[in-house]
Amino acid sequence: MAPERTLARTAPADQGRRREEITRKGRLGSLLSARETPVLGALVVTLLFATMFVDMFATGRNISFLFLSIAAIALMALPMTLVVITGEIDLSVASTLALSSATLGVLWEAGIPIETALLVCLVGGAVLGAFNGFLVTVMRLPSLAVTIGTMALYRGLSYVLLGDRAVASYPQSWVSGARAPFLGVDGLPWIAVAILGLSVVFAVLLHATAIGRSLYDIGNNDEAARFTGVSVTWTKFWLFTLSGTIASGAGVFWTLQYGTSRADTAFGLELQVVAAVLLGGVSIFGGVGSVLGVMSGVLLLGTIRNALQLFGISSEVLQIVTGLVLIASVVTPNLATRLRARRVPVPATRPRSHNGETP
Amino acid sequence: MDPEPVLAPLALVDVAKSFGSVRALRGLSLELHAGEIHALVGENGAGKSTLVKMIAGIHRPDEGQLLVDGRPTEFTAPVDAQRAGVAVIHQEPTLFPDLSVAENIFVGRHPRTRMWTIDRARMRQETEEAFARLGVQMDPDRPTRGLSIADQQLVEIAKALTRKARVLVMDEPTAALSGVEADRLFEVARTLRDSGTALLFISHRFDEVFALCDRITVVRDGAFVSCDLTADLDVDTVVHRMVGREVNTLYPKEDAEQGNTLLEVKGLTREGVFADVSFSVRAGEIVALAGLVGAGRSEVVRAVFGVDHYDAGTVHVGGRALPPGRSKAAMAAGIALVPEDRRQQGLIMESSVQRNATSTRRRSLSRFGLLVPRAERAAANDWGERLQLKFGDLADQVSTLSGGNQQKVVLAKWLSTEPQVLFVDEPTRGIDVGTKAEVHRLLSALAGEGLAIVMVSSELPEVLGMADRVLVMHEGRITAELDRDEADEETVMYAATGQRPSEVTR
Repeated sequence: MAPERTLARTAPADQGRRREEITRKGRLGSLLSARETPVLGALVVTLLFATMFVDMFATGRNISFLFLSIAAIALMALPMTLVVITGEIDLSVASTLALSSATLGVLWEAGIPIETALLVCLVGGAVLGAFNGFLVTVMRLPSLAVTIGTMALYRGLSYVLLGDRAVASYPQSWVSGARAPFLGVDGLPWIAVAILGLSVVFAVLLHATAIGRSLYDIGNNDEAARFTGVSVTWTKFWLFTLSGTIASGAGVFWTLQYGTSRADTAFGLELQVVAAVLLGGVSIFGGVGSVLGVMSGVLLLGTIRNALQLFGISSEVLQIVTGLVLIASVVTPNLATRLRARRVPVPATRPRSHNGETP
Repeated sequence: MDPEPVLAPLALVDVAKSFGSVRALRGLSLELHAGEIHALVGENGAGKSTLVKMIAGIHRPDEGQLLVDGRPTEFTAPVDAQRAGVAVIHQEPTLFPDLSVAENIFVGRHPRTRMWTIDRARMRQETEEAFARLGVQMDPDRPTRGLSIADQQLVEIAKALTRKARVLVMDEPTAALSGVEADRLFEVARTLRDSGTALLFISHRFDEVFALCDRITVVRDGAFVSCDLTADLDVDTVVHRMVGREVNTLYPKEDAEQGNTLLEVKGLTREGVFADVSFSVRAGEIVALAGLVGAGRSEVVRAVFGVDHYDAGTVHVGGRALPPGRSKAAMAAGIALVPEDRRQQGLIMESSVQRNATSTRRRSLSRFGLLVPRAERAAANDWGERLQLKFGDLADQVSTLSGGNQQKVVLAKWLSTEPQVLFVDEPTRGIDVGTKAEVHRLLSALAGEGLAIVMVSSELPEVLGMADRVLVMHEGRITAELDRDEADEETVMYAATGQRPSEVTR
């Protein structure tokens, strides 16, 4: 029997703990809401630990390498965050990246100016994403199945374009340009700044606009969203298109960064993107998550891999660690909720009974 | 009644059940006899479904007793009811579509061979026996996917038979059946009765009730009204007993000045759902859409609002045509819809009170595309005060509120869009009496301010108390349009059940 409370906001004292949790808000508080706190904490701890105990970690050269190694993941994680918040998923991003990279290679070899080629790649990415969106919204197919299908399809198409060749004849100026530091600051590639800017745009879109709110609504209950005048179909369609576009942008960057186009580029990278998104506190069932959490997740995964590499740990072990971190990230919030749920109602409902059992 | 030596296989004595502050059943008694078909009739919301769920072991009574063969028994789970020999056939059976008919019948209790594999031969044979007893032809090996609802019900009945059920409850079994299918079902029911099963039959169709049943129990507002042999009753008496209640002052519709026609719906049709629905609503008017559950009322409202599509017809708001299937356009034209299912359609339960209350006009609460938190909070607070919403904090999840206050959040969400035409679908379902009266006052006041209101309601007193005009729907069509002074409980009930005792004959 919870007493009804009125506008006066007077909380009965005996409900203290629960109320604390509910009312913990305000700008900073809502940023640090329960789901992101663990990943942010883990990130800080990992960074401190790596700085103190890993030689070479806190050098400009290594930090720059770290940023470049997570650039593509970070880019693709941004639209992925929105897609997962609406309760869908896009597993075709790494294949879209590869197909975009292969297209760039073919166009470059055919002597097309690189600016035109870039544009063709981005438009192509939008089309690939729109195809996913079409299958998910108009054909009403589950996005998991659709994007597993297009993951194979787009990868296959990039093999058609390049076979097992590699295109590596890109002008050196473009390659070093992709890795260039921002305003000459050591350890800060321009792409990191660009991603930061893009993250801010995505964060504002998601957290401070009507569109962002409707994404959460769709993820929580798409029927109620529909009854509120949200066009669920179009929203999802544009999200998939956006995801494809940004994935192909990541493909272009990847190509120039490494100076090669290959059909097997970024194989399996979609799993790292999804891992970072989930690690960042986005619920796989939709409706929950934040850009800050996701970007922390991306950085955390990158930092752990980077530090372990500096320790000279083999790539097989890296794989295992990535998996364990992901599992931990899924289990921790669950455990936390369960513990909280167990703790709260006991004092609230009845005084401890004689038989001394804890339920 | 003369003393019976044989005890009733199932009886309910003075059972009561409340859900929160809503009293679904208040002291209802019912006795089912072997070899008898017993009808249970009552309005929507009279407590029939609750009663069925109690018999099925889904709900437990707060008060009163359940007697099996005269012994007090408690059903804590559906399994208990099954063990006691009670089987319930729901309106739409839930079979496993990919399993065969025989597998469905024996699901969870497959006969085993000595090798601990499933004894298919025996399963098939027993299924055939059951169908033979029911006088039905069906292949036990075919998958249940693609069976008609009537056939699915027969599978359920066969299942009950193989479980040796002594009590069979049928909850509106004929709602989705054609005439021939219903006749076949009645044949089966009679066969079962003659072999000593006790049957409980729930239906809104009086012709069926009178043709099939031996005894009729009438319930109203969760309480027992009467139980008589069918031979001693006629349709008029039953209808009268079902609705016989004073329309009290809970429903204070004030007379409002009626203005221009704001909403005009012409020939609206959706294949298989509703057909040729036309009506218009003027400013200051409350029009009620009455009818039984499943008559297509909510579907019409949803189609007009644009969350559902329709196949033919037009909708005009303030003289301008509304494009079909676009709720955004409907909102822009000044339509609001407070939907039927608060939890699924009205609110995002995981979201906060504030976010729900402001979700319809986020754009107007933004500046340069960015939401202004202060404006959002002010708007939510403002509407909270206007509707006397009781809540702890605007940031609390809306699911922490009571049903009535949740409904107020939905109302706030829609009234804040300042609509011209307001659809309310079951506006007071599942909320307490106090809030109900508040909602009624609010609707009346809104009509006074010149809104055109369309109210879908299954509660007759609410319909008769609030509405200036009553449209009655039956099986997807408007069967009657009644003015305030023409409409009474009996005329509405007759039209809603498709019965025309007096004037109109077809």
